[in-house]
Amino acid sequence: MTQPIIKARGLMKRYGTVVAMNGCDFDLYPGEILGVIGDNGAGKSTLIKALSGAVTPDHGTIELEGKAVHFRGPEEARGAGIETVYQTLAMSPALSIADNMFLGREWRKPGILGSVFRMTDRARMNAFAREKLSELGLMTIQNINQAVETLSGGQRQGVAVARAAAFGSKVVILDEPTAALGVKESRRVLELIQDVRKRGIPIILISHNMPHVFEVCDRVHVHRLGRRLCVIDPKQHSMSDAVAYMTGAKVPDGVTEAA
Amino acid sequence: MSSPETPTKTISDFEAKLAEADKTVAQFQADDRSTFNILKGVLRRNPTLIPAAVLIISYLAFGLAAFAMDHGNFFRGTVLSTILQQMTVVGFIALAQTLVILTAGIELSVGEILIMSALIMANLGVNPENPEVPGLAAPLAIAAGVGIGALMGLFNGILITKIKLPPFIVTLGTLSIFRALKLAYSHSESVRNVDIEAKAPSLLFFGQGFKFGTFNVTYGMIGLVLLAAVVWFALNRTAWGRHVHAIGDDPDAAMLSGIKVDRVLITVYTAAGAICGLTAWVAIGRVGSVSPIAFGDINLASITAVVIGGTSLFGGRGSVVGAVLGAIIVQLFTTGLSVAVRVDDYWQTFAAGCLVIVAVALDQYMRRASK
Repeated sequence: MTQPIIKARGLMKRYGTVVAMNGCDFDLYPGEILGVIGDNGAGKSTLIKALSGAVTPDHGTIELEGKAVHFRGPEEARGAGIETVYQTLAMSPALSIADNMFLGREWRKPGILGSVFRMTDRARMNAFAREKLSELGLMTIQNINQAVETLSGGQRQGVAVARAAAFGSKVVILDEPTAALGVKESRRVLELIQDVRKRGIPIILISHNMPHVFEVCDRVHVHRLGRRLCVIDPKQHSMSDAVAYMTGAKVPDGVTEAA
Repeated sequence: MSSPETPTKTISDFEAKLAEADKTVAQFQADDRSTFNILKGVLRRNPTLIPAAVLIISYLAFGLAAFAMDHGNFFRGTVLSTILQQMTVVGFIALAQTLVILTAGIELSVGEILIMSALIMANLGVNPENPEVPGLAAPLAIAAGVGIGALMGLFNGILITKIKLPPFIVTLGTLSIFRALKLAYSHSESVRNVDIEAKAPSLLFFGQGFKFGTFNVTYGMIGLVLLAAVVWFALNRTAWGRHVHAIGDDPDAAMLSGIKVDRVLITVYTAAGAICGLTAWVAIGRVGSVSPIAFGDINLASITAVVIGGTSLFGGRGSVVGAVLGAIIVQLFTTGLSVAVRVDDYWQTFAAGCLVIVAVALDQYMRRASK
């Protein structure tokens, strides 16, 4: 079997007395789309935050391409090529669309204006942001310089997805990317996920939308009570099996509930 | 494709309809083009126009009131130049305050940082530690004053980010701490004007200037314009400035976007402290001497100026130009009420209070209109 691009073993995280991850394992292989499903409060978001650097696990190891990594913040994970769309979207409402796309990685002007005066290259950033949004088919956005707070929830999510797709170089993590989107935009996001995979970048998709998960994912990681219950192949299991596994109605073959 | 004859078969069959979706770019009917709506739109896009309009209208109103009451010509150059000279120090501090308020913080110790820096600057300038090189005394004193300001700002920043205390509490505490330190350091003694003039005249640089007709331009005013330009550039044209706005807007989102929130906050408080230190030089020039109990009300005056200039205390939105305009507006009301209308002092304070409330009410109204 090929080497996993992300391999996590025995991740533990407690918030006070609440256990969010209890010895969680995780594998992501090159070029695949991995679905992560689980009941509310199963610890999906904490797992994702551990992989994206927003949360430091109390125990356990994370390896990126076989090398152990210890992200101390999201900027380090981003620097390593892991790009994330969070459920909260992590956007700054008063700033413009272009500002938000480049937050934390602004392009500077060439020459002395950039190196000494630290001036940002707004024209180039605006053009790039405009191009990426058009690729996603977000045609109802009228002005790339409008503040994010003037966008609808779906448009905001579209901008966040466009940001991750544009900059992710090793892994793209999408936490509920279609939750606030309309039918048309959801379809575009699913197509975009396929596009990103065609570029050879693996994707982690967290979603409650079973049809979406079963349509695009190669493998589905079922999360239950803070750990990985099993990984299933969506072609050999039905959606109702998956729901049964994640809610504890049914135990998959070869797994005992206690394990 | 679903229709009454061929019902939906698979769960995502309804998406097939998407092939027929409207592909044109969205068109919207233009707003009602009444003058009021146009005006509201322009103000929403350029919020700094509000303090600018308030400034011009109230300047004209005070001038006309002065004529009507036969209190002389309020429009003469000396009056305007006096207003601008008197607001210079508040204007500088308002720039420091703007940086902090943009991050949704507040800096209550600016006045104490200012005086502490001024005392150190003046004392080192008047009693140089290294009398062998007299030419170096004043520049060293200035550098020490600015440095100590930055250091005090850094102290605030570290308490806020590392011990994770609210800025209000931290600066309320350091307000008292710095006040005590300043009295201890100075033994409650002023540095006299004659000593500064004799031993370190360059400390008085920002109080000097040149005549432009009847209008007296001080180097302090020019310095304020230059520093405002620098701060504007840093906030609007550098990545750091974008990060300052993002942190004020939503610190969690800023963190997840990969901004090192603590580091940016520390630089903000340090920069604010350094500006206060620089202001100490301007204040020495303006007053001519340094008293440990001067500028007692500048903390609140700077916040007033920033708020009147349209910067939101909730962070993320505001303008540097607005802060300077706000400082001018407050001074215009103070001077206007005493020179043009000739009412008692306490009504000046009354007017400043009303201004703050009106400014925030107007700001909230504009905010709602944009939602």
